[in-house]
Amino acid sequence: MVGQLPYDGVVICAPVTVPYVRFSVETAHWWAGGAMQALARETGLGPADFDGFCFASFSAMPDSVVGMVQHLGLSPRWMDHIPTGGASGVMALRRAARAVQCGDAEIVACVAADTNQIDSFRQTLAGFSRFSQDATYPYGFGGPNATFAMITDNFFRKYNVSRQDFAKLCVAQRDNALSNPIALLKKPLTHDDYLNARPIADPVHLFDCVMPCAGAEAFIVTTPEKAAELGLSTARLSATIERHNAYIDDPVQTRGGWARDIDALWSAAGCGPQDVDMLQAYDDYPVIVAMQLADLGFCDKTELPGFIADNDFTITGSLPLNTNGGQLSAGQAGAAGGFQNVTEGLRQILHCPLGDQVPDAKKALISGFGLVNYDRGVCTGAAVIEPEDLR
Amino acid sequence: MTDPLSPPVKKDPLKNTRMGHVSPGLRSRAARAMAVRAGQGRFVLQVCDYCCTATYPPRDRCPKCWGTLDWQDQPTGATVMTETTIRVTTDLFFKEHAPWRVGSVQLEAGPTAIVHLHSDVRPGDRVRMELKLDRGGNPALFAMPEKETPNMVDDAQYRTFTADPKHRRVLVTDGRGPVGQAMAKALLKAGARAVFLGNGDTTMRFDGEAEMVAHENVEIVPLNVTDTNSVTKLAHQLGGRIDIVVNTAAVTRQSGVAFGSKLTDLQAGFESEVTGLMRLAQGFGPAMSARSDDGTNSAAAFVDVASVYGLTGRAGFAGQAATAAARLALISGLRGEMAQTGIRVISVLTGPVDDVWHQHVPPPKTAPAQIAKSVIDALTRGLEINCAGDAAKDLFARWQADPFLTIREENQ
Amino acid sequence: MSNSLLSDLAGALVSGRVQMVDLTNTLSPDFPVIVLPPEFGQCAPFRMEKVSRYDENGPAWYWNNISMNEHTGTHFDAPAHWVTGKDVPSNTVDAIPAREFMAPAVVIDISAESAVDPDFVVTREFLTKWEVEFGRIPPRHWIALRTDWYKRVGTADYVNMQEDGAHSPGPDASAVEFMVHERDCIGLAVETVGTDAGQAMHFNPPLPAHSILHGNGRFGLQCLTNLDKLPTFGAMIIACPLKIEGGSGSPLRVVAMIEGKNV
Ligand SMILES: [Zn+2]
Repeated sequence: MVGQLPYDGVVICAPVTVPYVRFSVETAHWWAGGAMQALARETGLGPADFDGFCFASFSAMPDSVVGMVQHLGLSPRWMDHIPTGGASGVMALRRAARAVQCGDAEIVACVAADTNQIDSFRQTLAGFSRFSQDATYPYGFGGPNATFAMITDNFFRKYNVSRQDFAKLCVAQRDNALSNPIALLKKPLTHDDYLNARPIADPVHLFDCVMPCAGAEAFIVTTPEKAAELGLSTARLSATIERHNAYIDDPVQTRGGWARDIDALWSAAGCGPQDVDMLQAYDDYPVIVAMQLADLGFCDKTELPGFIADNDFTITGSLPLNTNGGQLSAGQAGAAGGFQNVTEGLRQILHCPLGDQVPDAKKALISGFGLVNYDRGVCTGAAVIEPEDLR
Repeated sequence: MTDPLSPPVKKDPLKNTRMGHVSPGLRSRAARAMAVRAGQGRFVLQVCDYCCTATYPPRDRCPKCWGTLDWQDQPTGATVMTETTIRVTTDLFFKEHAPWRVGSVQLEAGPTAIVHLHSDVRPGDRVRMELKLDRGGNPALFAMPEKETPNMVDDAQYRTFTADPKHRRVLVTDGRGPVGQAMAKALLKAGARAVFLGNGDTTMRFDGEAEMVAHENVEIVPLNVTDTNSVTKLAHQLGGRIDIVVNTAAVTRQSGVAFGSKLTDLQAGFESEVTGLMRLAQGFGPAMSARSDDGTNSAAAFVDVASVYGLTGRAGFAGQAATAAARLALISGLRGEMAQTGIRVISVLTGPVDDVWHQHVPPPKTAPAQIAKSVIDALTRGLEINCAGDAAKDLFARWQADPFLTIREENQ
Repeated sequence: MSNSLLSDLAGALVSGRVQMVDLTNTLSPDFPVIVLPPEFGQCAPFRMEKVSRYDENGPAWYWNNISMNEHTGTHFDAPAHWVTGKDVPSNTVDAIPAREFMAPAVVIDISAESAVDPDFVVTREFLTKWEVEFGRIPPRHWIALRTDWYKRVGTADYVNMQEDGAHSPGPDASAVEFMVHERDCIGLAVETVGTDAGQAMHFNPPLPAHSILHGNGRFGLQCLTNLDKLPTFGAMIIACPLKIEGGSGSPLRVVAMIEGKNV
């Protein structure tokens, strides 16, 4: 396989978050516009200044990126629509980076926005995917809770992992959320709170589940020159991977596509998992966080209980995990949930976090996981980013 | 083991009846094709015509080689890999029925699948898969214990996939003939709590009357399906108590089309079998729909027993075949309507019934008891279509293989 | 005063000196019809389907579609009903002259005999004896057999179908020959489901009332009620069948005028 070319001449900058709300009467278009407005405030740019636009959303129906471009008055020479939910941040980053590197665009706004109206969760589920409508939701209609419950059930038995182990991850994330002024869940969570939570779909309990909400996330991918001109702090993209529908013969999902490409990631990044200052992982259910810890190379799955016990996942800990609180505590604003890892990782290494700063943050590992099309998440991606110019 | 289903208690009149929601109904065309086979009680998966891989969920192309797919019967064995008990859901049906157990299984046929779990199965267990129809008429994989367990069919989840007559009250529309009477006996044997047996002419005695009257749980009720007033009256009186309707109305007369036919026979046949079916549907359908999720003896099914020759026409019995064809069309329409409300609509197809109207028809003929057995079978398995007797099975198989050839064979 | 006759009648109707007796059963879906062996075509019962009743199918009006056999409910038999009457002139309901629709009646009470024997057969001998007691049957009269059978309507005893067929009273051939040829009747009017006895299939010749009445251009009235309200002589029956093209008979409203007692 041909090695990945480096992302020379590309920088990432201007992470923005439109503060989440549990329910919103507004539309995805409104939230996307909010993200663009936030980018404009950071950069001073207007609609005519963006020549690239990359969009992710579940709730913009019937519009795709096409409708959104016209809705927001953009006139890009490059655009893309990313339908992969939790993997959309890494994927937007990869696509926009190559577009900028090749000169197809100079300044790309990457935007994820979703609303959460009363009942829109149920409606989104009902029409989510063909396999889901045919073969998952009619089976109890538990949504992703049920699918991940089955994955967790198997994971527990196969790797001797337990809710005790997951408790530590979720409690740490909540601790992290406490310093994030816009996290939706701000009540401290204890180990016992986690264990005593009510069951949702055994063995998934309340604090294993994210809270659906409305919100938007965005960042800019551009050239170092353009960023300098705008006076923006920048990060560079050290390495990325992406894989979809990996390990199709695994009867139950125990690993994601990361496992297949992880060596390529670390070799392109020129470092290893021990070298990163934080992990911004996709955390729709702790079983997926645990899976990422193993598949991204931190430990073997059989070592997970020990690894979790030996590490501190809070902002000042040995492996800061989802430093804004993650989706479990900050909220899951649809596809914007798949952008959070990028914006939060970016903020930490650019030293402009929403809450507390990871001390001396130099290297962030960002990992995405998206789209339970049937019985497992299909899309995975990861990226290592490092600061370039702090302004 | 499953707790035995206890007989329903009298309803608290101050409690609202649980509304008859159906589970989510959106499906692909391939899933609908699976539903058709489910309705026939088959266990099928799509198999590639090129590499022979079996696949699931329903697809439109083989994921191994992109060959085209055909539905084929498959071994029903499977092993449970995972389980979960869903306690929280936004779906109205499952919310009412939570907690609900599902799991994933490794099918012997090849693919894995998310399935409904019987309460007696656990991860690691070998199971026997059934392809059922859910209350909305959509296909559903259900993992049953590999070997019979006590009261297995009383499992609460399983019961929503059947229309088991156990503890239910059944209206058999024509009790004057041998088919209706065989039906009543079979229903009682299957655990029905009461059988209301229609009598189309209360001033005229009929064979078997004494035996029927003697049954403790049989009540003979005035019902003439050719008389709207009579159907309406009974529906007003019993509509809220009928859980299953079995329409056994039949008018059999030999007839051709241009030759040897009687228009009045055709009209009488249509009045009784076709218009009568619509009268029954209008009379009993709405009340049944409102009670489709009403506990142990919820309203469950509307069964229509019609001649299999409705599929093809038939020389010598053209009129009867025409009424049967019309019934099949009405039943299809009714099935679509009732799918919204959770009532199963079932066609039981019969060959020539072994009765006075088929004296000159050579065997095999269909005995009334066979028809009754086929109806019970369809109810307990939650089928959509079932053939009673060898003649019907043979014709149905031929018709599925080549409908127009079968039409030709039956009419020339 | 060229129309004094009808003026008198009108006055009598108003004063009650002439009263109307309804001889008609209510036409309803469950009113029994004659039952033939199953291999024959069957008589359709009365059926009624609502078209609208102040509803979405007709907000301000109520009406029904109805269907039935020509011989359903209280009905009139025209000569063409029977094979013996197939060549009789004006043998269908549309062709029968209107003057035939109103005629006097003589009521022969066989209710006591019928109560004892549902297969009671009226013979020529019975009729001649009856005439000795009550007087001669005048010509161009309806001969009405009062059996009180109408009181059985709604029960199995009305058609009274047993394993060997229906059982209800009626005339034999000698009686019908007598009515037609010796007393020149308009027709035979009965409360039972047919002018013939229940067992008349087995008479010789079979079904003599139908056969002889219609073969001689006489009529039948069946499924009547209230014959017990009529005097032996002096009632005037009005029976106008529907003008059905080529019809063999017709359901109809049958009424009788009788002279009141107390006026
Ligand atoms: Zn293939």
